[in-house]
Amino acid sequence: MGGEGARITSLGLEGITKRFPGVLACDGVSLDVGEGEVLALVGENGAGKTTLMNILMGLYRPDEGRILLNGVEQRFRSPSDAFAAGIGMVHQHFMLVPNLTVTENVALGMRSAHRGLRLDMKAVRRRIAEVSERHGLPVQAEAYVWQLSVGEQQRVELVKTLCLGARFLILDEPTSALTPQETDELIALLKHMTRELSVIFISHKLHEVKALSDTVTILRQGRVVFRGRTADHSPADLAALMTGHEVVLPCNACADECGKPLLVARDLKVRGDRGHLALDGLELELRSGEILGLAGVSGNGQRELAEAINGLRRIESGSIELAGEAIANLGPEEVIAKGMGYIPEDRNTEGIVPSFSIKENLVLKDFGTPAFSRASFLRLGAIDGNAEALKERFDIRCPSTKTAAGSLSGGNIQKVILARELARGPKALVAVYPTRGLDMGAEEYIHNQLLARRCEGVGILLISEELEEIMNLSDRIAVIYKGRVLAVIPGKDATKARLGMLMAGVVDE
Amino acid sequence: MDLLATLQNILSIGVPFSVALLIAGLGEMFNQRAGVFNLGCEGIMAMGAFLAFLPPFFLKAGPWAAYGNLLGLAAAMGAGALLGLLFALVTVSFKAPQGIAGIGLQMLGWGAAGTLFRHFVGGVTGIEGIPTLPIPGLSKLPFLGPVLFNHSVIAYLAFLLVPASWWLLFKTPWGLKVRAVGTYPRAADTLGIDVRRIRYQALALGGAMAGLAGAYLSLCQAKMFADDMIAGRGFIAVALVYFGRWHPAGILFGALLFSLAQAFQLAVQVLGIKFPYEFAVMLPYVLVIVVLSLARKSRMLGPSALGKPFDREMRI
Repeated sequence: MGGEGARITSLGLEGITKRFPGVLACDGVSLDVGEGEVLALVGENGAGKTTLMNILMGLYRPDEGRILLNGVEQRFRSPSDAFAAGIGMVHQHFMLVPNLTVTENVALGMRSAHRGLRLDMKAVRRRIAEVSERHGLPVQAEAYVWQLSVGEQQRVELVKTLCLGARFLILDEPTSALTPQETDELIALLKHMTRELSVIFISHKLHEVKALSDTVTILRQGRVVFRGRTADHSPADLAALMTGHEVVLPCNACADECGKPLLVARDLKVRGDRGHLALDGLELELRSGEILGLAGVSGNGQRELAEAINGLRRIESGSIELAGEAIANLGPEEVIAKGMGYIPEDRNTEGIVPSFSIKENLVLKDFGTPAFSRASFLRLGAIDGNAEALKERFDIRCPSTKTAAGSLSGGNIQKVILARELARGPKALVAVYPTRGLDMGAEEYIHNQLLARRCEGVGILLISEELEEIMNLSDRIAVIYKGRVLAVIPGKDATKARLGMLMAGVVDE
Repeated sequence: MDLLATLQNILSIGVPFSVALLIAGLGEMFNQRAGVFNLGCEGIMAMGAFLAFLPPFFLKAGPWAAYGNLLGLAAAMGAGALLGLLFALVTVSFKAPQGIAGIGLQMLGWGAAGTLFRHFVGGVTGIEGIPTLPIPGLSKLPFLGPVLFNHSVIAYLAFLLVPASWWLLFKTPWGLKVRAVGTYPRAADTLGIDVRRIRYQALALGGAMAGLAGAYLSLCQAKMFADDMIAGRGFIAVALVYFGRWHPAGILFGALLFSLAQAFQLAVQVLGIKFPYEFAVMLPYVLVIVVLSLARKSRMLGPSALGKPFDREMRI
């Protein structure tokens, strides 16, 4: 990087306000970061953290407020202006073009390599080698991005941002897609890098905030509610400030009652979208009245397993039984009829029909039954009654049950899905990343609901990447790696370190 | 009948057939690589064919006759670029659905060309057009000479456009931006690349090339204009881009395959082989459908944002 560009001794945001149609995303937010400092920007989803950073990067124009760099007001019209000033951002969703190579991705932003119609790839390669050596970030420069693992892509993002001359780094939830090991490595790496860089670190994982940051600023609903030194506050304090109330995530404390095997998969082989064997001889046994956590880095066959169980994906060989009946390769309708419930991974496209109203979404699986239709006419009264009852019981916050389900917040959409699935009284439930992207309040509610069903005897397969969620809720934990279950361990014996090793494919004897 | 002579015949008819498809297909490739598919290609070709025909038709005997063809080419490409920009306005800025907008543009170009033709020209009239330019020496080669080196200057240009397009797409900063914008516009945006500007540029280039393809049909191939002369080539060009996996070499291969099938069916008719000619005429089109349905489904290296408008403030 050398000495090009002036030092950034301070960066400040003053009274930033940004409105989106119907939403006040940032409401007079001010921040201050000094040279070599790490500021943690903490808040729940929708608190305005990412919007604020997009304003700083020149992606959004603020409605009010100023950006000050070394005390001088800046107007960033596009990310190029922010780069020129030495500010770079690693976005939560990686901003890498999958069908370009690593070098090409860096070249895309490196204006100095664009010489008219000539692209100076040599200069780009030199730059990548320089940066990755200096910061200890090895990357495969000639590989296509789609060939890289998530952890490698994260490194490429860092290298790219540094190659573009960043001396001030914004990291938006950089660990959200990483395994625990990769997270630890990244934090160690960032600690090293903060010797010469200033950083804004966005997260809602409070132990990472504690590990990395000097100061912390908490946003809630677009406003700064707290500012202080990280060392002076415990994670529990910060969590309460973040959500506005005490948060106690429930734990699985029910007595150990071993039920009968309910959902059993034997030697299951299923192909993924790219034709490879996504599940390669998977063995799984879920008993009634238990929560079986399936831990693993996403992309190791979780999606394919959930789809195969629910009749959405054909299996190549093996068997799946629900309460003694074979359900493999049945259609979804038959699987549902046998008593399967499903909370799919992508709640907006698979869980609901966004343009349908809440009450319609609540009967999506049952509108053909006598309860909701007669002689092929819908019984609208019954559908309304059902919706009102479920709205009360599951605390769905909505203007009315006629509202389009797609306009609700993520937490409320998940409650609609949960209400539909649980009210049907399933024997087994497959819950895929049920709290992904939700704030702590919604997470607490969903965890309580799952535990309550478990005590009623429902068998729940909980697929998640969040180790804390899995460890809090599960009776037993299975670890999936490359389409196989590597190990099944009792929930109370699980440690983060052990699960993390297993998730990375390391089986220690 | 001499087999070799028949083959030479098919090839030397087929190669010029492929020129319009090739130019339009390469243009459409830039559109799609940037994330916009332009079904209006057919309409732009019709306008191109008509506007290229006009100057040589009006300047036939006048003192400017020598410039008629050049003026025609310039008009066709200029109008093509403008129609491409119009399409960009509708789909990139106003974010209209691309399929519907494309059908609209196709009907606009086709209808306007036909109407203007009847208004200003009236009946079928031939023009001198652009003569073939046999390459000295090479065109006298046995077999290869007539197949490869006895065409109009635009045909040679079209084949040179294949490596030129490859170079532009894969070796220049602009090509890199086009590929990024068509695959992951948000990532390009965070690097300070103006997604809309790149899409406008790609659509203008694609439109100019579609216009040139139309001009080839009226100036070099048919040497006249009729309002149904494009005959679906614009749509075939769009299909060829998928067929060729968004790569210039693939598009060249597809254009040749289709055109040789076309030449082959003509030969079948001319040779009087007892086979219903209606089926022979269908052959090239059926071939395209079959090949498209057999083509690899993977889009790993293609533009995955194809068909999706980009909105920076659309929250994910």
